[in-house]
Amino acid sequence: MHHPIKLAAVLGSLALVATACGTAATNTGGGSGGNLKDLPAQNSIQVPANAANPAGDGKAKCPKGLTIAYIGAETGPNAQLGINIYNGAQLAVTQHNKANPGCQVQFKKFDTEGDPNKATGPVTQATNEKDIIGVVGLPFSGESAATGNIFEQAGLVHITPSATNPDLTKNGWSTFFRALGNDNVQGPAAASLAQKLGAKKVYVVQDDSDYGIGLSKTAQQALGSNVVGTDKVTTGQKDFSAVVSKIMNAKPDAVFYSGYYAEAAPFDQQLVAKGYQGTFIGPDGVKDDQFIKLAGSASDNAYFTCPCLPGELIPSFEKAYKSAFNAEPGTYSVEAYDATTILLKGIDSGNTTRPKLKQYVTSYDGQGLSKHFKWDSTGELSNSVVYGYKVQNGKIVSVGTIG
Amino acid sequence: MIYLPLDTSQWISLDWSSLAQNFWSVTFDGLTFGAIYALVALGYTLVYGVLNLINFAHSEVFISGAYACVFMLTALGFGPSPLSMPAIELVGCLVAACVAAMAASAAVAFALERVAYKPLRARNGSRLAFLITAIGASFTIQYLIYLWRGATAEPAVIMFIPQPVFTVFGSTIDSQQILIVVAAVVMMVVVDQFIRRTRLGRGIRAVAQDPDTATLMGIDRERIIVSTFAIGGLLAGAAALFYVMKVPSGVIYNGGFILGIKAFTAAVLGGIGNIRGALVGGLLLGLIGNYGQILLGDSQWTDVVSFVVLVLILMVRPTGLLGSDLGKARA
Repeated sequence: MHHPIKLAAVLGSLALVATACGTAATNTGGGSGGNLKDLPAQNSIQVPANAANPAGDGKAKCPKGLTIAYIGAETGPNAQLGINIYNGAQLAVTQHNKANPGCQVQFKKFDTEGDPNKATGPVTQATNEKDIIGVVGLPFSGESAATGNIFEQAGLVHITPSATNPDLTKNGWSTFFRALGNDNVQGPAAASLAQKLGAKKVYVVQDDSDYGIGLSKTAQQALGSNVVGTDKVTTGQKDFSAVVSKIMNAKPDAVFYSGYYAEAAPFDQQLVAKGYQGTFIGPDGVKDDQFIKLAGSASDNAYFTCPCLPGELIPSFEKAYKSAFNAEPGTYSVEAYDATTILLKGIDSGNTTRPKLKQYVTSYDGQGLSKHFKWDSTGELSNSVVYGYKVQNGKIVSVGTIG
Repeated sequence: MIYLPLDTSQWISLDWSSLAQNFWSVTFDGLTFGAIYALVALGYTLVYGVLNLINFAHSEVFISGAYACVFMLTALGFGPSPLSMPAIELVGCLVAACVAAMAASAAVAFALERVAYKPLRARNGSRLAFLITAIGASFTIQYLIYLWRGATAEPAVIMFIPQPVFTVFGSTIDSQQILIVVAAVVMMVVVDQFIRRTRLGRGIRAVAQDPDTATLMGIDRERIIVSTFAIGGLLAGAAALFYVMKVPSGVIYNGGFILGIKAFTAAVLGGIGNIRGALVGGLLLGLIGNYGQILLGDSQWTDVVSFVVLVLILMVRPTGLLGSDLGKARA
């Protein structure tokens, strides 16, 4: 009486045989594009000679127990973006403590999973710990928006090395500082990257995060009439067949995906599997090795925009990072290193309370590895650059500045 | 802080032209998903028929199969980049993955029945106790997987790149879509015939109709229950293989949740307890969700549209489209 079950399996396998036989040939499906320009990889960048160094002069004195915290994703679907950041911060603290026996700063991590709904807990916890006088984070825009008021009430200075939503600096927060250009810069940069590639028809897809929605808006404004269609996807979405169908009908030269790698990877993979031959452009939230790992060879069609410096092209930083973490610096590792260095310099020069350290950062004016840091009254940098990146032989490489 | 949408344009709009342009490709994709829903829906329907229990942990039975499928394929060398291998070898690999998925799902379904439900039956637990246990079991398995595999999805495993086979109304139907729909429908027909014609099938129907009388007639109820869970598990395993084929990077600890809810909805839509209803409900739900998504231009609407249609149909036909239950199926 068990035969019918076996029969089901057998028939199922037969169906597999029947259709799998047609799959040996390579895919030559529809879609357009595939004839865009290729931007050459960049092999070196100019490293500023006068960049701030966390080691300082080695003579710093400070009270015991002072703590700098990283608050952001340690786990969660986009954890790698957080890991790149806290490693950069950790590196700065380690270098500082090694050089300054008289000033040992603690480094603590709090996990938000990158989720705006979960971020208030760890942030409240951190603001209640009086030893924490400066914070690196939060990495993502949604969680930053959800927790900015808590930092503000606690008077706790926090420098985000990666949150790019422009609205974050419109809340009147005096404790929020952004160590990179925002999406009012990145959106147009994505448009100019598309233009550099020669893409005339761009399809814009956004996710439902504050970041994705905001960036999609500025990108669409800059792309203007080159936008041939738009669509929205959901955080956590795994199947993109409906969106892919629409894109295959619109035959764009490039797809700009405004969101994070957790959705971008399956999306790009499903696009390519359907025969899409154009270029896939993602922003900083997609630019991570995890994207390549999750999407496989489909990621060969990807370009990225990022208001971040290719840290791997700064020899001293790359070497220190690699020996500490046995990995190449990732997206925003340098920015996190710079942000932490600023906080450490503040502590070294005697700003060992929350109000004093906040004041120090507010009036800070100095060169970092990634850029010159000087904030306006809202916490935006006065100048910033966006780099272009592409996937080449399974690795992300810089193609230089694009705006 | 409450998030305010940045674009203040219309919050809802119907994109009929997009639906018209994409109608056929969306239809084929919808049917493919519908076939997967239908296979999972059978697991809900069979268990409901026999135990009058909504086995909410069936979504975890499904995702366990998906994990087994991914592990097997990874072990065989598959990864995010498509491999090129002879068709016969590929088929062998797919069969191996299918067997792994079915075995894992059936094993989880079996363990679930023994650990969670059998003790309750032995103590004559109330229906509510069963339901809460089902939900609890669902979360337990889900978070065990979370602790084991973390919050990240498994890297994609591409089995093969779908090839266009033929073109209908300007849209191509690819090998993957045909494979999934045909294999799923064949499996469901087999199960339907199995329930109708075999001794075990008769036993299942007898227990569904009247457990006490069935026991008096010499049917081993415990054995019937275990077999029902196992059959549901085998089908969920097959569904898991097709799911991984269709959504190669969709295997994540909570990946079964929404799909499970959808499959349960499909079962209710077709008439819970009714095997053919599960097929009809599944295919219909796959289509409705995809049409809604294209029409409303936003993936967030897929689920909303599906459930609105469910409510509307239940208002007209409270027992679902095909109504009658497993026990009344004719031999």
